Amino acid sequence: MNEPLLRELVPAVIGVLVRRGADFASAEDAVQEALIRALETWPAEPPREPKAWLVAVAWHRFLDAARAEASRRGRELAVETEPPAGPVPATDDTLRLYFLCAHPALPGSSAVALTLRAVGGLTTRQIAAAYLVPEATMAQRISRAKRRIAVLPLGQPGDLGTVLRVLYLVFNEGYSGDVDLVAEAIRLTRQLTALTGEPEVAGLLALMLLHHARRASRTGPGGRLVPLDEQDRSRWDTGLITEGVAILQAALARDRLGEYQAQAAIAALHADAPSTAETDWAQITEWYDELLLLTSSPLVRLNRAVAVGEAHGPRAGLAALADVRPDLPRYAAVAAHLHERAGDLRHAADLYAEASRAAASVPERDHLTRQAARVRQLLRS
Amino acid sequence: MKYLLLKHYRGAPTPADWVPMDQWTPEEVDAHIQYMSDFAARLEEAGEFVDGQALAPDGAFVRYDGEGRPPVVDGPFAETKDLIAGWMIIDVESWDRAVQLAGELSAAPGAGGKPIHEWLEVRPFLAAPPTVTE
Repeated sequence: MNEPLLRELVPAVIGVLVRRGADFASAEDAVQEALIRALETWPAEPPREPKAWLVAVAWHRFLDAARAEASRRGRELAVETEPPAGPVPATDDTLRLYFLCAHPALPGSSAVALTLRAVGGLTTRQIAAAYLVPEATMAQRISRAKRRIAVLPLGQPGDLGTVLRVLYLVFNEGYSGDVDLVAEAIRLTRQLTALTGEPEVAGLLALMLLHHARRASRTGPGGRLVPLDEQDRSRWDTGLITEGVAILQAALARDRLGEYQAQAAIAALHADAPSTAETDWAQITEWYDELLLLTSSPLVRLNRAVAVGEAHGPRAGLAALADVRPDLPRYAAVAAHLHERAGDLRHAADLYAEASRAAASVPERDHLTRQAARVRQLLRS
Repeated sequence: MKYLLLKHYRGAPTPADWVPMDQWTPEEVDAHIQYMSDFAARLEEAGEFVDGQALAPDGAFVRYDGEGRPPVVDGPFAETKDLIAGWMIIDVESWDRAVQLAGELSAAPGAGGKPIHEWLEVRPFLAAPPTVTE
């Protein structure tokens, strides 16, 4: 069965139901049920017209649910007959769905779940598995999110910034479960670039492609983390890099810089370098300066200190680190790296050990423990 | 029967000749991590693995402080507090099997490639009430 095609149809089918008079929450439920039916029955009986099949099944589900609701409340059903679908503005519908599902009024985790279901066409079970929560919990999270946006005033302009943040969150979630959230985030961002010409959307897509290109080299045996300077660059996906760089250049040419374009520019400079030593760290530092003007994020300040250390030496890096809040995750790891390069191995080893205790993930903790062990071994020899 | 295998940052008895992990060689660190992941994979294959999670060492005690008041947060933890590092939940036939598996986990290699002899806490779950009671 062509599951990707099926998933791509989901937002358009929701759009059809909404145009026929269904409210978003009910339409989305009905389409989810039709989607689950399709996953069960299509392998044995593929429909000739997949979209028409989905619309028909979802519309029947919707009418059934609406009738049940109407009789429960003793009311007449308003949408009994099928109104003509009319001309089909499917592009606007899908764009509106992105804005609705990633509405600023929703907490991030809810916006992520709703976007994956209504725009991405994933089932609740798949989303739950990807985020390692029980299916009932995820179902509840999604229905609460829908209730929350149902009471919002209509016709508000969408917030592209929150849409991009939601897609970025999905991308960063990584590779757990049988659904590849990285691929899904890329697919949804790519689809969004077709719906809007905003350079930041292209910037985010470029950023994702450039990071995704390094995926195979980023983990070693047993899932161990391989840092950038030790990655086998021959395993980077040059096709994705070429595409990412082209998308980024077209976006930058529009001359409306944003944080995703700046981050993508940094990723592109890494992708372009044959080794850490031959990386254009001076230019990367300049991009971090741009990024600081755009976001003033403490994490950017921390990463900038790394770049300064590579461009101008570890002492300069440590000086740049003096402006960074020390309570940041990875602060000790960066300090350890800079002290090691400055030749202060004893301090570096202690900092790596401290960093491993502050690590936010098991692979990161293992990596930092290994770094501490490596430097202590240097000290003994 | 489900059992919880608890690993401690501190609070468990310290084994003799204990060497902190950052003082091992990188190869010893790798061997240890490999052993742990092989162990979990083996349990999964045997149909005995339920869940495993690691915990960060920070956190705090929190309690209710009355109507309209924010909860009291007591933290960071005192150096003397028993501190859990993570757990593995297994579903096995007997207490003996749980003990055997905990023993294997505690034999993970450490400094010099020798077993670390780490003390693990093994705790039976309270089960759901049975359907047939007489």
